[in-house]
Amino acid sequence: MIPESWYVAVSAALFAIGACGVIIRRNPLVIFMSIELMLNAANLALVVFGRRFGSVDAQVLVLFVMAVAAAEVAVGLAIIVAIFRVRARLSVDDLSLLRW
Amino acid sequence: MALLAFGVIALVAVASALGLVLRRNPIHGALFLVVNLASIAAFYLTLGAEFLAAAQVIVYAGAIMVLFVFAIMVLIPGKEETGPDPRRAWRTAALPAGLLLFLLVAGTGIARLGTPLPVSPAPADNVEAIARALFSDYLYPFELTSVLLLAAMVGVILLARRRT
Repeated sequence: MIPESWYVAVSAALFAIGACGVIIRRNPLVIFMSIELMLNAANLALVVFGRRFGSVDAQVLVLFVMAVAAAEVAVGLAIIVAIFRVRARLSVDDLSLLRW
Repeated sequence: MALLAFGVIALVAVASALGLVLRRNPIHGALFLVVNLASIAAFYLTLGAEFLAAAQVIVYAGAIMVLFVFAIMVLIPGKEETGPDPRRAWRTAALPAGLLLFLLVAGTGIARLGTPLPVSPAPADNVEAIARALFSDYLYPFELTSVLLLAAMVGVILLARRRT
């Protein structure tokens, strides 16, 4: 039987790698994929904690997270495509209109 | 045997996550993310969450990743991250920050695991247990999800429409 703490460690590693990706990368699509990675790491931790306490509620919650993530991806990708259809370079560094 | 399976899946998951972050080509990143999502589905299987494993493959690896690949094809990127990085100093701070984040999350997570409840046998039929919870206790959020998906659909159509 694998101890649950190992699962939590893997989940934390995936979350940290995703956060690094959000900071390091300049391509908005890759940043978005890193956010998906972080979401999945959180889902994994949720399932592990749910099993620890013998409850199926966590799995239902993960199902809702998946549905919300699907909606989020659709809207986010539409925004990215709409922004970069009129720009030559695909880089988040160019989006400085709202930054002081 | 379970230990070996866990080790292999964990290795694949972490390696594919690193591949997503470190490879320059976004298409390679998308393929690495598919591998990562599949390995998380395998984790769900080892945790006794069969329904979630199936949903993960169908929704994430199927629907969401197709959307990502489609967006990559529409935008045709590939050369956007070449050239000098104007904010290199800030971005090199990502490695210690990520390490710190890992220690923080893993530390608090493991500390908060606590002692397992004495009676925690996983239900024999995973799908039935989820269905019972979803359509009794969580019926209201379930219905709200359909409204959310409809709103997202309308919003995407509005965003994708060309301005006339």
